[in-house]
Amino acid sequence: MGITREEVRHVAFLARLELTPEEEELYSEQLARIIDYMEKLKELDTTGIGPTTHPIPTPNPYREDKVQPSIPQEEALRNAPDKERGFFKVPRIIGEG
Amino acid sequence: MEFEAVIGLEIHAQLRTESKLFCGCSTRFGSEPNTQVCPVCLGMPGVLPVLNRRAVEYALKMALATGCRVNTNSRFARKNYFYPDLPKGYQISQYELPLAEKGEVLIEVEGRRKRVGITRIHLEEDAGKLVHGEGADSRYSFVDLNRAGVPLIEIVTEPDIRSPDEAVATLKALRDILLYLEICDCNMEEGSLRCDANVSVRPTGETTFGTKTEVKNMNSFRFLRNALEYEIKRQIEVIEEGGKVVQETRLWDPSRGVTVSMRGKEEAHDYRYFPEPDLLPVPVEEGWLEEIKGGLPELPAEKAERFVREYGLPPYDAGVLTASKHLALFFEECVRLYPKPKVVSNWIMSEVLKELNRENKDIKDSSLTPDLLASLLKLIDEGVISGKIGKTVFEEVYRTGKDPRKVVEEKGLVQIADRDALKGIVEEVLKTHPAQVEQYRKGKEGLIGFFVGQVMKKTQGRANPKVVNELLREALS
Ligand SMILES: [Zn+2]
Repeated sequence: MGITREEVRHVAFLARLELTPEEEELYSEQLARIIDYMEKLKELDTTGIGPTTHPIPTPNPYREDKVQPSIPQEEALRNAPDKERGFFKVPRIIGEG
Repeated sequence: MEFEAVIGLEIHAQLRTESKLFCGCSTRFGSEPNTQVCPVCLGMPGVLPVLNRRAVEYALKMALATGCRVNTNSRFARKNYFYPDLPKGYQISQYELPLAEKGEVLIEVEGRRKRVGITRIHLEEDAGKLVHGEGADSRYSFVDLNRAGVPLIEIVTEPDIRSPDEAVATLKALRDILLYLEICDCNMEEGSLRCDANVSVRPTGETTFGTKTEVKNMNSFRFLRNALEYEIKRQIEVIEEGGKVVQETRLWDPSRGVTVSMRGKEEAHDYRYFPEPDLLPVPVEEGWLEEIKGGLPELPAEKAERFVREYGLPPYDAGVLTASKHLALFFEECVRLYPKPKVVSNWIMSEVLKELNRENKDIKDSSLTPDLLASLLKLIDEGVISGKIGKTVFEEVYRTGKDPRKVVEEKGLVQIADRDALKGIVEEVLKTHPAQVEQYRKGKEGLIGFFVGQVMKKTQGRANPKVVNELLREALS
């Protein structure tokens, strides 16, 4: 199954990746091979088998609703490329997500 | 051509847990920026989310209160997008297999009852908050991640809503339930309750849907109504002019009273959901569900019905009194102390709500107690004060929380019902208005009201009107 250059560009945009035309070509071939491999799984007969999102049938552990100490503000902001008055500072975002 | 609107709501409600959905950071509102954060909610590499049991419990309460079918094995999923308020680059939400599905909420608009279906209720984490810079900072936005990871439920309704009025009624009904369950503050200004709407129009009688737009940024009931009214009108105009409605997200701009297209951002709405590998299916055992069901309070609609049945109140009164759980409680406690439901209801709906609305307060935050209102009503019944003076006393009691009996004593407001005490005043009034007395005797009997008014004036409203009437008629006959 082929992956078009357009699809590669779309996925790259969603992942915020900038690709050169050579890379687009290379990834469209590589991604096509990966998808082909997935296609192979379809050859298995899975009648009667439900979708499996998790391999281990353990129940999810819960935590109690108790407040635990957070980390200090300086610590939280330490890796930030830019910060001001306790905020992370980023290029202006217009509108909303 | 006649058109009808088709509306569905997506409501986000912040759950009132102490800690966040997947970490132990506090959910308190209004703290210094980035002080309620940790490696988990900051999206540091290598951390793992651990689910808050109470958040699930609260979501289940809402699910049961709206008659949803609960999935005892729901899944979390990653919703992928980039935005500075989302540190991980994905939001942990639910997609396939949400916590609950297929419920309903009942609304009433202009006396007509209607059922609005609920498609699903799911759990997810909130994003952080962005503050846009101004002036010299206008090239920047500032990110506070205290809210990132706070538990939310998203409630999605069926497209059963046909007018802005019905949309407002639906949001109100859901808000009342959330408040009764005490699982959300429902403060639309602070954003603990948020509402988006999917809107389309179609010629009346048509059964297929028109192209819808998603309207956002309506953070009050008024904005919801205004935005929907505008958007419906806009879509009808587009169609009547031979155009086509474009499927897009539009933002309500309250300052201009219009919805504005957010075109161009649509491409990003490719969320590539996939099952969250860091979390296992959410187990809801039968016993737990039963326990939650057993602990549900009487809900607004049930309570309103009971008020009509038990206290003989008109449905309108019952609706007003049960809109707030605390107000309903106040009413019932008052009636227990002073068993005249309609009188209590009238006082609450006029005097009490007038004061509360003026201060934008809930009854639980005021100094007025059922005990105080009941004593006041008793003073009126006993004839100690008149109903009119009662309103003056009420204002003082509401303001200070003082015993009404004390207020009456201190202000010298006790009603004068003593015939001898009033006789002199009546005679004086008649003496000073000989012309009116003359006219009365000639048959202008309506003047009795004038004389009563004069006596009231002289007694600062304290005279018992019944006794004054009697005395006047005796003196004038
Ligand atoms: Zn945290």
